[in-house]
Amino acid sequence: MTVLQIDNLGFSYGQRTVLRLDTLTLNEGDTCAVIGPSGCGKTTLLHLIAGLLQPAQGSVAVCGQRLDALDASARDRFRGHHLGIVFQRLHLLPALDVLENLLLAQRLARVSPDAKDARRLLDALGVGEFARARPAQLSQGQAQRVAIARALVHRPALLLADEPTSSLDDDNAERAIDLLQDQARAVGAALLVVTHDRRIRGWLAREVQLEPPA
Amino acid sequence: MTWLRLALANLRAAPLTSLVNAALLALGTASIVLLLLIGEQFSSTLARDARSIDLVVGAKGSPVQLVLSSVYHADVPTGNIVKADADRWAADPRVAHAVPLSLGDSYRGFRIVGTTTDYPALYAAQLASGRFWEAPMEAVAGAAAAREAGLVQDRRFAGAHGLVDGGHEHAGQPYRIVGVLQPTGTVLDRLILTSLDSVWNLHGEHESAHDNHEHDHDQNPEDEHDHGEAHEHDHADAHDDARENTSMLIRYASPLAATTLPRQINTESQLQAAAPAFEVTRLLNLVGLGLDGLRAFAGVLILTAGFSVFAALYGALKARRYDLAMLRCLGATRTELLWSLLLEGLMLAALGAVLGLALGHGTMELIGRWLAASRGVSATGWVWLPTESWLLLGLLVIGVLAAALPAWQAYRADVARTLAG
Repeated sequence: MTVLQIDNLGFSYGQRTVLRLDTLTLNEGDTCAVIGPSGCGKTTLLHLIAGLLQPAQGSVAVCGQRLDALDASARDRFRGHHLGIVFQRLHLLPALDVLENLLLAQRLARVSPDAKDARRLLDALGVGEFARARPAQLSQGQAQRVAIARALVHRPALLLADEPTSSLDDDNAERAIDLLQDQARAVGAALLVVTHDRRIRGWLAREVQLEPPA
Repeated sequence: MTWLRLALANLRAAPLTSLVNAALLALGTASIVLLLLIGEQFSSTLARDARSIDLVVGAKGSPVQLVLSSVYHADVPTGNIVKADADRWAADPRVAHAVPLSLGDSYRGFRIVGTTTDYPALYAAQLASGRFWEAPMEAVAGAAAAREAGLVQDRRFAGAHGLVDGGHEHAGQPYRIVGVLQPTGTVLDRLILTSLDSVWNLHGEHESAHDNHEHDHDQNPEDEHDHGEAHEHDHADAHDDARENTSMLIRYASPLAATTLPRQINTESQLQAAAPAFEVTRLLNLVGLGLDGLRAFAGVLILTAGFSVFAALYGALKARRYDLAMLRCLGATRTELLWSLLLEGLMLAALGAVLGLALGHGTMELIGRWLAASRGVSATGWVWLPTESWLLLGLLVIGVLAAALPAWQAYRADVARTLAG
């Protein structure tokens, strides 16, 4: 099944074109890195795939559904259900503990909350003991694992990761990518990593080089 | 459910801010509730005391003073009236009952009222023990007067001239308690009742104008203690006619009497007629001005609390905009975010309202118990006034309004721009 289909995609702010991507197709289980320098439109691409921005030209379809064809509320719900996103800044909700963060993600994704499943995922990511901890009590590495768990707890079709390695040393960077790959595979999600980090080369099955538009 | 839990978590995450805001709301609410309850119970106490009294007839003067002195026993009388003058109106067909009162003495601050047994009947008072008076200088004590002044059965005591403590004592002629009334929750509880003869006797002594009264009445007390029938007596009895009372309480035979009788009394006689209902309303309007001022102050307190809730939610919004953006990424719609923030304001307001209502009613109950113990006035905090439902609604509206702007901003926020910034 095709999880992500991008065709002839372009986005601009006013006259300034910030992104051009001719085509990208991800099928179930695919892993792919989109690598490019700052200003090549990586974050814009991520936002377009997530339906947070609408393409100026071309199209983005997730699981066969063009996001710009949906109305705003339907798009929000669609995003919640089909996508999992790990941002560079993790944005765990500070008022909730780790497990509650995961349960909330399940509810917002419109899947029935399953605390057992959430705990299993936390265990698999090695942060099971922090289920009842507040995000503020976690180290950066632990928090990232929790964020990955939260992005996968509702079993999305596509996991998006924004600069997951930027603040990590070589060993930990590789470990983070492995973690993303393993866990995405475990829930049957395709993985798309967007990064400027060239160390990532060769770590994922596919790579797309993104260049700043002329 | 999800949003309720999240709103609760967010409030709990900033416990100090939430508590201060809830406390501010609670204090304002409690003040208003207390004022409402006090006002309500004050006016219902006044209404209860004047329940069966349509009109008070007494000496010319201030009508409010007449009502205060003769219905509420809270002011000095306007003067005396000649019994025969009053009896003329008691005989009027528009009058169903007429109860004479003779005031002037007191015992340890409790007023001694010369009257007939029709007076306690106005308040449907029952004897807790003993009997009603049958001879002069026999007295029946109201429940609170009995308890606080120790006026038990057969107790003898000397009345003091004047309505406050410290007047000249009629030591030579003590009263004797022959009965004690059950509590009625009215002014009656704080009175000592006796026959009209008793008062006349004591004062006849002083004025020495009616030397032979005592003798006369001792001979036929049965004749004298029922003044409801006084007008049927032989009016040739000059002494009887010349005797004076303080006032007369009148119950109309029909409501129509209200349109003619008071005016007729005021114009055709040397007497004054005042309707308690009317005078009390006038009085409450005056007192109401003060209560309104306090109420406005409490309202300002609530509004301040509303602004504080607004400031807290609005201030937290900046810190929470990434959280809100993340919620959108997790699948929350704009509308859901809007509701979640409104819900926070609503929950704070509800918390403040519940605390405030509890505080207000609790305080009123304490005041009520203190009043019952010290003044024999019945008041309670365990009543729910219709106005309070509106107050509750108003508070919830304030909570929603305080959250409206932050909620709207959360609704409008551009997720992509927030996350990119």
